[in-house]
Amino acid sequence: MDSSDAIYKGLKEAGIDFIVSVPCVNLTKLLNKIDEDPEITHVPVTREEEGIGICAGAYMGGKKAAIMMQNSGLGNSINALKSLTELYHFSLVMIMSHRGTEGEQICGQVPMGESTTLLLEAMGYPYIKPETPREAKEVVGNSWTATEESGKPFSVLLEIKYW
Amino acid sequence: MYRKDAIEKIMENIGDELVVCNIGVPCKELYAVKDRVENFYMIGSMGLASSIGLGLALAQPDKKVVVIDGDGSVLMNLGSLVTVFVQNPKNLTWIIINNGAYGSTGNQDTYAQEVNLLDVAKGVGFEDVHNYEDIDLEKVINNDMCSVVNYQVKAGNSTAPNLDITPEEIKERFMNEIKKN
Repeated sequence: MDSSDAIYKGLKEAGIDFIVSVPCVNLTKLLNKIDEDPEITHVPVTREEEGIGICAGAYMGGKKAAIMMQNSGLGNSINALKSLTELYHFSLVMIMSHRGTEGEQICGQVPMGESTTLLLEAMGYPYIKPETPREAKEVVGNSWTATEESGKPFSVLLEIKYW
Repeated sequence: MYRKDAIEKIMENIGDELVVCNIGVPCKELYAVKDRVENFYMIGSMGLASSIGLGLALAQPDKKVVVIDGDGSVLMNLGSLVTVFVQNPKNLTWIIINNGAYGSTGNQDTYAQEVNLLDVAKGVGFEDVHNYEDIDLEKVINNDMCSVVNYQVKAGNSTAPNLDITPEEIKERFMNEIKKN
């Protein structure tokens, strides 16, 4: 199974129908598939923090919302995740291209890449790093249940070697 | 005319619209002026009132959504002007109560004293852009356009007390009301 198709299928299984995004080169194919899906509202945003707000509104409006971004966007979103998503116990799935991991060619990605899981742990947010498309499909397929049950944003981290 | 007076005037025009209110004293003032289950009080996440309003408006296209924002908060999330314009939710009215100050933190000046936010909105491309004093707000809310309204007021906070409902309660009653209809 193709790495992007696996995540897309997982999103459909989870019933995700509202996605905000800031692109990453590794998310290109996935974002195109989402754009072509009439059942998914796709809102590209100017900055990830803004996307957290949009997901909150969409959730209250009855949508199953996810944000798709690079892990750099986690840094741009921390206050919103704490003082909005967590404060009100909104469900949210975060699909992150985890840059700065093994195989990274751009040194600028490394510091945030190294801190990403530490930040999530400090925030008390669950995450999973699937290594194969099969695993990713299953993890993403269960992601909405995971965020609803934990009451916290649920992250799927996709390292460079995953793609 | 201070912010609380503006909120009173705005709420005279509100029927069953979903209202998203900006962080800080604005929430307290709205709560004191007219608490209702269709009010979402944004207690944290400064800058994101319009983003929350956008998500709601896209998810609930048959409902009218009104965002009560502030100039300092708009400046913190200027990108939202671009995203809201391009998404163009016709059921959204974005009101900026503009006191030229970070009111909740002690009335420090904002750059909105130097920059006309309506000109910024027009520059982005918004067509339905108004000063509050020139319009019948109810008509603007009910027109079929994504609207931006600037409500110019003096800086100053009322003594409205803190909210005595929890974030969970705010969410539950707001979402229950949406589900009902």
